[in-house]
Amino acid sequence: MYAFEYHRPTSVKEAAGLIGQVEDPKFLAGGHTLLPTMKLRLAGPANLIDLGQIAELRGIERSGDTLAIGAMTKHAEVANAAEVKEAIPALAELAELIGDPHVRNRGTIGGSVANNDPSADYPAACLALNATIVTNRRKIAADDFFQGIFTTALEDGEIITQIVFPIPTQAAYAKFRNPASRYALVGVFVAKHADGVRVAVTGAGSNGVFRASEIEQALSGNFAAEALDGVTVSEAEMNSDIHADAAYRAHLVSVMAGRAVQTAVARG
Amino acid sequence: MTATGIGAPVRRKEDQRFVTGQGRYVDDFNRPGQTYAYFLRSPHAHATIRSIDTGPAKIMPGVVAIFTGDDLAADKIGGLICGWMIHSKDGSPMKAGPHPALAQGKVRYVGDHVAVVIAETLAQAKDAAEAIVVDYDVLPAVVDTAQATKASVQVHDVSPDNTVFNWHLGNKDETEAAFARAKHVTKIDLVNNRLVPNAIEPRAAVGEYDFGTDNYTLYTTSQNPHVARLVLSAFIGVAPEHKLRVIAPDVGGGFGSKIFIYAEETVCVWAAKKVKRPVKWTSDRSEAFLSDAHGRDHVTHAEMATDENGKIIGLRVHTTANLGAYLSTFSSSVPTYLYAPLLSGQYDIPAIYCEVDAVYTNTAPVDAYRGAGRPEATFVVERLVEKTARELGQDPAEFRRRNYITQFPHATPVIMTYDTGDYAASLDKALEIADYKNFQQRKQESARRGKLRGIGFSSYIEACGIAPSQAVGSLGAGVGLWESAEVRVNPTGSVEVLTGSHSHGQGHETTFAQLVSDRLGISIDQVSIVHGDTDKVQFGMGTYGSRSGAVGMSAIAKAIDKVIAKGKKVAAHVLEASEGDIEFKDGRFGVAGTDRSLAFGEVALQAYIAHKFSGQDLEPGLKEGAFYDPTNFTFPAGVHICEVEIDPDTGVTSIQRWTAVDDFGVIINPMIVEGQVHGGIAQGVGQALLEGAFYDQSGQLITASFNDYCMPRAIDLPSFQVGMTVTPCPSNPLGIKGCGEAGAIAAPPAVINAITDALGHEDIAMPATPQAVWRAAQKARMPMAAE
Amino acid sequence: MTTVSLTVNGQSVTADVDPRTLLVQFLRDNLRLTGTHVGCDTSQCGACVIHLNGQAVKSCTVLAVQANASVVTTIEGIAEGGELHPMQAAFREHHGLQCGYCTPGMIMSAIDIVNRKGNALDEQTIRAELEGNLCRCTGYHNIVKAVAAGAQGMAQAPMRQAAE
Repeated sequence: MYAFEYHRPTSVKEAAGLIGQVEDPKFLAGGHTLLPTMKLRLAGPANLIDLGQIAELRGIERSGDTLAIGAMTKHAEVANAAEVKEAIPALAELAELIGDPHVRNRGTIGGSVANNDPSADYPAACLALNATIVTNRRKIAADDFFQGIFTTALEDGEIITQIVFPIPTQAAYAKFRNPASRYALVGVFVAKHADGVRVAVTGAGSNGVFRASEIEQALSGNFAAEALDGVTVSEAEMNSDIHADAAYRAHLVSVMAGRAVQTAVARG
Repeated sequence: MTATGIGAPVRRKEDQRFVTGQGRYVDDFNRPGQTYAYFLRSPHAHATIRSIDTGPAKIMPGVVAIFTGDDLAADKIGGLICGWMIHSKDGSPMKAGPHPALAQGKVRYVGDHVAVVIAETLAQAKDAAEAIVVDYDVLPAVVDTAQATKASVQVHDVSPDNTVFNWHLGNKDETEAAFARAKHVTKIDLVNNRLVPNAIEPRAAVGEYDFGTDNYTLYTTSQNPHVARLVLSAFIGVAPEHKLRVIAPDVGGGFGSKIFIYAEETVCVWAAKKVKRPVKWTSDRSEAFLSDAHGRDHVTHAEMATDENGKIIGLRVHTTANLGAYLSTFSSSVPTYLYAPLLSGQYDIPAIYCEVDAVYTNTAPVDAYRGAGRPEATFVVERLVEKTARELGQDPAEFRRRNYITQFPHATPVIMTYDTGDYAASLDKALEIADYKNFQQRKQESARRGKLRGIGFSSYIEACGIAPSQAVGSLGAGVGLWESAEVRVNPTGSVEVLTGSHSHGQGHETTFAQLVSDRLGISIDQVSIVHGDTDKVQFGMGTYGSRSGAVGMSAIAKAIDKVIAKGKKVAAHVLEASEGDIEFKDGRFGVAGTDRSLAFGEVALQAYIAHKFSGQDLEPGLKEGAFYDPTNFTFPAGVHICEVEIDPDTGVTSIQRWTAVDDFGVIINPMIVEGQVHGGIAQGVGQALLEGAFYDQSGQLITASFNDYCMPRAIDLPSFQVGMTVTPCPSNPLGIKGCGEAGAIAAPPAVINAITDALGHEDIAMPATPQAVWRAAQKARMPMAAE
Repeated sequence: MTTVSLTVNGQSVTADVDPRTLLVQFLRDNLRLTGTHVGCDTSQCGACVIHLNGQAVKSCTVLAVQANASVVTTIEGIAEGGELHPMQAAFREHHGLQCGYCTPGMIMSAIDIVNRKGNALDEQTIRAELEGNLCRCTGYHNIVKAVAAGAQGMAQAPMRQAAE
């Protein structure tokens, strides 16, 4: 790890203020992507601003037909929260599938969303649930937020404060894990909303998380696994690596979508 | 059997420290004034070094020294060696290229050692390493095993076509004749995938030099500290043997990868004198992936001939073995004498011929990894046997049974003489445990759920102990492969056993104590096992090749016999009886036919106070040593059966049942033996389903972390059903055959045979990842379109 | 340098550290608690697992400064008065370790599993929950048995569980 200065602000305002004052800053959330990257010397911020002591960034709250989750809420907290299990059980299940128990005890939803790793799980939930990413400056619709691999609408120094999820009628997430890393080789989040079906795919796309329009169309008339019989997704936009080539990923998108729908329907 | 004697599942003595965090591994040692070493490694697979500028780095904070290959050469430090000479078919010796501990003019794989930075902290050493400027002339790389000899790239000057040797074993003419009269010939092409050993403890070394005594000390993660000392002194020339102390304390797993003598420990011990301070190096996992010796990496074509009765009459094998960029310590023995002699498997095959071409490539050195050669041989034999049985329409179990060797001793056409075994007994027991007779029902039940179920056999044999010395010497080994032991009886009757074996997970502190307890009739709490320190144990050959029981414990047994013989002399004097009348039984020396006797501890005390005999009649003291060299290799064998279920929609293979029935001869501690079987199976399953080291065409390792190299996790494995059969080994006094490698040898073909059975066709490579299995399942569904 | 104060195995500790010091380095190098091990650099192997404020975390992926004002428990801190923690005892009794290197992390993870999932653990739960811990020696067979038995043992020693 390269040397850096460490800052431990206790409010969003203080954290945001530091941005203008120090050189080459980086926010530290759960640290489970950033710290390994820094250990391998692939990142070397001069100033690390730890968001871990900011109480206002934590917490889960349901109000009406939305569920708001503070950016520094840990995966394990989302997985175990009664409010989440009640409102959007698919989201709790997704959180339970991230990394391993130790990772879930440190990693945060805000960190995951801000990083937009192409094989991270939360971006699929945000996109399929039509979430709003709330920052210290504005509110960003998920459709606008995710802009390609490790790229988001966040501006320099902008801090995610919470993610607000509309509560769907039915939803589920099916993940096919990369056997080695446990990230999503393919993860499909399906959500039936009052105004339509949204399906988001992570892990598979060569340009990061995306909505699968073929599958959305198939499910919009009939939200059932059978509706996906014969529905294929194009492999043209799929990622290819030593673990899975584009054709296999495209195939898995259909399979995982079917399994997610089955789970969602079975849950009622 | 006593509660702590031979055959008892004694709980391990060493575990108290391990479960409380009190184990002491190399990285836990910190010496006063210690500095930290960091190795600058080549980012290129193949390059000439035009220049190295360490100037800017040397003035960075905390830097103590920076050394390159020139500094080692100036001190006349020799290169790393390969200690097993192989001769090609034409009689010429293998072509061994130079292997300097720090590169001299050329780098030959990504991770090759270019320079070492020694600094006050590790972070400072890493900071400075980035400031070293190396001017590389990057050359094309050769990485592909099968293409190495055809490449225009030349890894070493001594080998224009990258061939290390062209070796063979067996009888070519007889084998050709067998194929000529065969009724049926089965052919197969196999890749035995390259693996990274990945002991969870990374390698580490601390070098230290005492100017007052001119003594060097090296703490190192070694499976064989005495061999390390011998190589470092006699061949590399870092320090004289009698001035170098090598300590291998608690070691966190080895699996072969910690046998070898590497660049890092060489540099640490040498540099400690240069910088006049202790030098510590600890590998991180990324370095381990690049620079620990890898395992396997064979490309093989093999054919099996059968006659009209379904009897195997011939086997011919051609293998290309990738040895990487340099010849590691025992690398040349692995695809030769640890491989081809096992190609007869458990079968009576009258004619076998095997050719092995070993090649250099711009990849990490390849050497022994759990099983070393024997897993590769077993994969060839067991895949071919399974395929042959299928082609002949025979039950794979019965086809094996029909071809088993049943008379012992049995001399194979590939220089081994199997001493004993009962292969059918293991098969019968395995079939029963695996509930083979109801397999078809289970297969149908899976089919109803849309799943493919398959069953696979592996009827393996291995040659363990890696001895006798005379035999291995005749095959090219640079050392003898006996073992030593010293049994020191204290005046209070407690016992210290000094052994040349080394425990890095095998539980020697317990099993060796059980032997002593059993033989001397004392509590195992009265026994301590001393190992891993060349200042304490005079010499030893270390632990690998499942040899610590068969060879190491036999040496202890031999020394115990001498202790008892001496004890009888002492007792005779004390009890005023003739030596011939003294019996040793249940821990007491007694006069035959009387009730006069002395406890073992009383005799020990009498031996040391020496009041009852004169020094002319008998030497005081009670301490005996022994060197033991067995009369043959040992031949553990068994049958493993793997049952899998495949999800054809995703290609995910899940292991539903695992049956292992092994014959390890006499077992000292069944709990520990079963644990060894479990661990071996996990590594074999890892090879078959999950693990594979892959380089891209430029020579970059693309599976260089646990993110891309898939290690077996708990969820990937089932619980194992383990059974034993016993035919005592006649080649050592304890009847032990060895158990450390069996699982890793048996497992890969069992898994692949099960998958191919489920899929209904043979074309699947290791690792059989979900993608590979899905694709194969697609092919199985559409046989016409696939080709 | 940044000042960090925390409680480790019941003892208060304060030190000035380079901010880039990982918690595992702080434990091993500053406090000489070498029972916590490092087996990888990508946050996967779990040899470094400790409890941070009662939760299992990988101490190789936490900065020492992030643990300020926290309570840390390591493998050295779970036996009481010379008596092994029930999970330690279970690993010994069921031969849940060979080389011992992954063992501290395994045991700390196992205790955490019991704390979260209770004392009656089936095989599949244990295997799934051991996702973040690699062992190269045992094939996990006996680790699974040890965790199940240790979970039972912890039920019989409720006071010990509460203390953790």
